[in-house]
Amino acid sequence: MGTNVSLEDKFQSYVDAEKKVEPKNWMPEKYRRTLIRQISQHAHSEIIGMQPEANWITRAPSLRAKLILLAKVQDEAGHGLYLYSSAETLGEPRDKMIADLQSGKAKYSSIFNYPTPSWADMGTIGWLVDGAAIQNQVMLTRTSYGPYARAMVKICKEESFHQRQGYEVVMKLTQGTPEQIEMAQESLNRWWWPSLMMFGPSDDNSPNSEQSMLWKIKRKSNDTLRQEFVDKTVPQAEYLGLTIPDKDLVWNESRGHYDFGDINWDEFYQVVKGNGPCNKERIAHHVKAHEDGAWVREAANAFAEKQAKRKNKEASAA
Amino acid sequence: MSTTNWKLWEVFLRSKNGLSHKHVGSLHAPDSNMAIKNARDVYTRRSEGISIWVVPSEEITASSPDEKEALFTPSDDKVYRHPTFYDIPDDVQHM
Ligand SMILES: [Fe+2]
Ligand SMILES: [Fe+2]
Ligand SMILES: [Fe+2]
Repeated sequence: MGTNVSLEDKFQSYVDAEKKVEPKNWMPEKYRRTLIRQISQHAHSEIIGMQPEANWITRAPSLRAKLILLAKVQDEAGHGLYLYSSAETLGEPRDKMIADLQSGKAKYSSIFNYPTPSWADMGTIGWLVDGAAIQNQVMLTRTSYGPYARAMVKICKEESFHQRQGYEVVMKLTQGTPEQIEMAQESLNRWWWPSLMMFGPSDDNSPNSEQSMLWKIKRKSNDTLRQEFVDKTVPQAEYLGLTIPDKDLVWNESRGHYDFGDINWDEFYQVVKGNGPCNKERIAHHVKAHEDGAWVREAANAFAEKQAKRKNKEASAA
Repeated sequence: MSTTNWKLWEVFLRSKNGLSHKHVGSLHAPDSNMAIKNARDVYTRRSEGISIWVVPSEEITASSPDEKEALFTPSDDKVYRHPTFYDIPDDVQHM
């Protein structure tokens, strides 16, 4: 116990000195577990997050829109892979992470359990959902675990395209016919509150946050990030002439921030627990895609084995 | 060979000629050819590289952080290996 304490103290002062933790460094088991949970959850969010947008690839309104959406969804697959690879540096096998996702043991961001019935949602998701993700991920580029921080740097570079293309989709709608303007507003009405929930429970209900901040895994609290997001997004909505669906939203001169209404945390916890509109569908689709892809993995293995045999034969003949 | 336990490969990219390959992450693939193809899709979607190396992770031997002192402190006290160790008068040019 005595040596344990001093190792943990040493780790804390190492992190306090703003030095990065790398895979082979000693780290408290709880630090490792926290990161595995957070990074794999983040990876799952990127992967499941492809589904609501993939819904519109075949029905994009133009070839340009389709190419952009395809590239965006492909990026999200890439993000998932960078993140799985950084979680693996902590000793967590990939298969286990996938199994935990499919069994429901591992979570992913609740936002992806909402449906995308309208083309306008492709704009709103890029603008708000990727926007909220950026808010969080920019902070994480300075997280204390090296491989996670490096994955975040790469992801953040790509996210900026995601947000801008989304804003452009919404902007085009708001410059269109009254029906198109209505589409944009209706979509904002559905996505606004779930986007605010993306930052997680309020600070007084987020028991693990304090330890994560101490270890510099996180550097800003959920409520701080949420406030920053609201402050940035309100003027963007005003520019579009759209109304944010919150009657309590008002600029607070003395705080220098927007005040906003209460979040429906009941809804949040319901969706986290699996009772959102699309939870079952999202996991069922993941399982199906994984199973449908089995023959591809088998074929790749057969091919690799054949190549290896051929190489061996050539080597022994020579 | 199991379909699930594909080997882990470390991926290195050269962003342009004149620069060294740099580690960017890892991925799973059944063999080196497919690892290169996957690395192309995962790590170079925006012309980040002109050359890719993939190395099986298990083939990498890393120095241990516990041996850091034994390995690296011997050079810490050899300040005379650095040019700033030497006092050369300002009047002497081109040095
Ligand atoms: Fe992403
Ligand atoms: Fe993300
Ligand atoms: Fe994104």
